[in-house]
Amino acid sequence: MTRPHHPQDEPRARAPIQAFGHPGRLVPSEGGAERSLAAVIAILTFLAALVAGAAEIGLTTAASWQQALGREATIQVRPAPGRDLEADTERGAAIARATPGILSVRKVPAAEAARLLEPWLGTGADLSDLPVPRLVALALDPGRRPDLPGLAERLRAAVPPATLDTHQAWMERLSRVAVAGGALAAAIVGLVLLASAGATAFATRGVLAGHREVVEVLHLAGAEDRFVARLFARRFARLGLGGAVAGATAAGLLMLALGSLPARFGPDNDGIQGLFGAVSLGWRGYGAIAAVMLLQGVVAGQVAAAAVKRFLKATS
Amino acid sequence: MNPFEDQPPSVEFDGVGFRYGRGPEILQDLRFTLQPGSFHFLSGPSGAGKTTLIRLMLLAVRPTRGLMRLFGADAGRLAGPALTATRRRMGVVFQDFRLLDHLTLYQNVALPLVVQGYEEATFRGEVLELLQWVGLDREAGTLPPTLSGGEKQRAAIARALIAKPQLILADEPTGNVDPAMARRLLHLFVELNRFGTSVVIATHDVALMDQVEASRLILADGRVYVDP
Ligand SMILES: Nc1ncnc2c1ncn2[C@@H]1O[C@H](COP(=O)(O)OP(=O)(O)OP(=O)(O)O)[C@@H](O)[C@H]1O
Ligand SMILES: [Mg+2]
Repeated sequence: MTRPHHPQDEPRARAPIQAFGHPGRLVPSEGGAERSLAAVIAILTFLAALVAGAAEIGLTTAASWQQALGREATIQVRPAPGRDLEADTERGAAIARATPGILSVRKVPAAEAARLLEPWLGTGADLSDLPVPRLVALALDPGRRPDLPGLAERLRAAVPPATLDTHQAWMERLSRVAVAGGALAAAIVGLVLLASAGATAFATRGVLAGHREVVEVLHLAGAEDRFVARLFARRFARLGLGGAVAGATAAGLLMLALGSLPARFGPDNDGIQGLFGAVSLGWRGYGAIAAVMLLQGVVAGQVAAAAVKRFLKATS
Repeated sequence: MNPFEDQPPSVEFDGVGFRYGRGPEILQDLRFTLQPGSFHFLSGPSGAGKTTLIRLMLLAVRPTRGLMRLFGADAGRLAGPALTATRRRMGVVFQDFRLLDHLTLYQNVALPLVVQGYEEATFRGEVLELLQWVGLDREAGTLPPTLSGGEKQRAAIARALIAKPQLILADEPTGNVDPAMARRLLHLFVELNRFGTSVVIATHDVALMDQVEASRLILADGRVYVDP
């Protein structure tokens, strides 16, 4: 057992003795399974974040439409045989003016009404022969909503050919659509979270089964369940959070790109921008994406911790 | 004077039986006591159940009947922190070594201290010293798969001893080394025993057993006979 020479630090000279560094190294990394879990979570987070962002855009747009619609109402005065259309219009306008909560009353000139009909009738059509109704545009005080049913009632009594169009039906339909859309988005996000939880549990169990031998050696060497659980749970939590951050970042960047698209294609208000105002995500939208990301990370961490705990209980 | 007078036996088997799953009872009605500070050889033909008996004492498997006590505690009730604490009083050399292939020899040997939460600065010197003692100082930074059977065996022994356990369970710890190294390793166990560690060495190496004055546990036909 004698060696030719035996200096004290020879081991370091031959093969460097690695310090332990992070105790996570006690468990070998299962490259493939771990990378695919992170990828699956990234993809799921990307989809959920897109859905959340789109839902936020939809809800914001619906709210702004509703606000705009809620600020105006129209009195429509149809020409009736034996009645003076101009006088009926003025009477209707006067009743509106007398109603509290109405900021302004504007009789839409016949020429403007004609312009509104241009797309259907073509330019230069002589409207004097057609029974085109006259419109009175009302601006409502959003802070002090006028009694619109009362106004409609008074109009009907005083000026039978006049009707009040409050956009109420539209607003109700819009709000129902918005609520349904929001619920659908929440359900999709929930399902995606469930899928992530399933994928995480599955991957965790697989990796643990692959490390059964290592776990047994750690246990017999005197490791507490808590210690072993931390080794694995921390790793999976980091994987889950990493995937979630990657997916959410991708979704956020995509939203940013979409938001700048219409502006780049010119200032005309056609297409998507004409329809939605703008596809740009407000801070609440990015907040929704961040919330999805955090939820994903937390769910992955919790599920992994639970799966590890269950596995250790079964093996020790 | 017996320095262990007020201590319970390290191991007590009282009518212990064990079977793997629904298989036959491999160990039947085992009845013996290992006093603290004692030195025992565990022998018996291949397949007699030496490894199984060591796994029982390690709490890697539990008796399917009978009562087993470790350091005075009913092993059937050990769980959680108490189970871990009991395991930390034991050091084990597995017949198949069970080194972790992704860790260096140094890291493998230090494992019991790391999992107990010791800082590396507190044990680095000790680990290197023990590696030198078993002749592996030059291999400290090597991964186990590139080592010979005897080298792995010596690393496994070093890992079993590093945390200064009260009871050492060694399964064929000299099966893969030459007689000179076997003598050296046996001397290491004897030395530790002299300082109060209980030692159980499973072996069928008669030449080895003849080198030390120690009582023998002989396993045959599922039963244990104590000699003397
Ligand atoms: N995990 C297991 N499942 C089922 N049977 C097992 C298992 N491990 C061992 N056995 C059986 O238990 C019996 C005792 O095995 P054990 O390994 O304890 O013997 P041993 O005395 O250590 O043998 P050797 O001297 O060859 O190491 C054998 O018949 C073996 O087939
Ligand atoms: Mg064996």
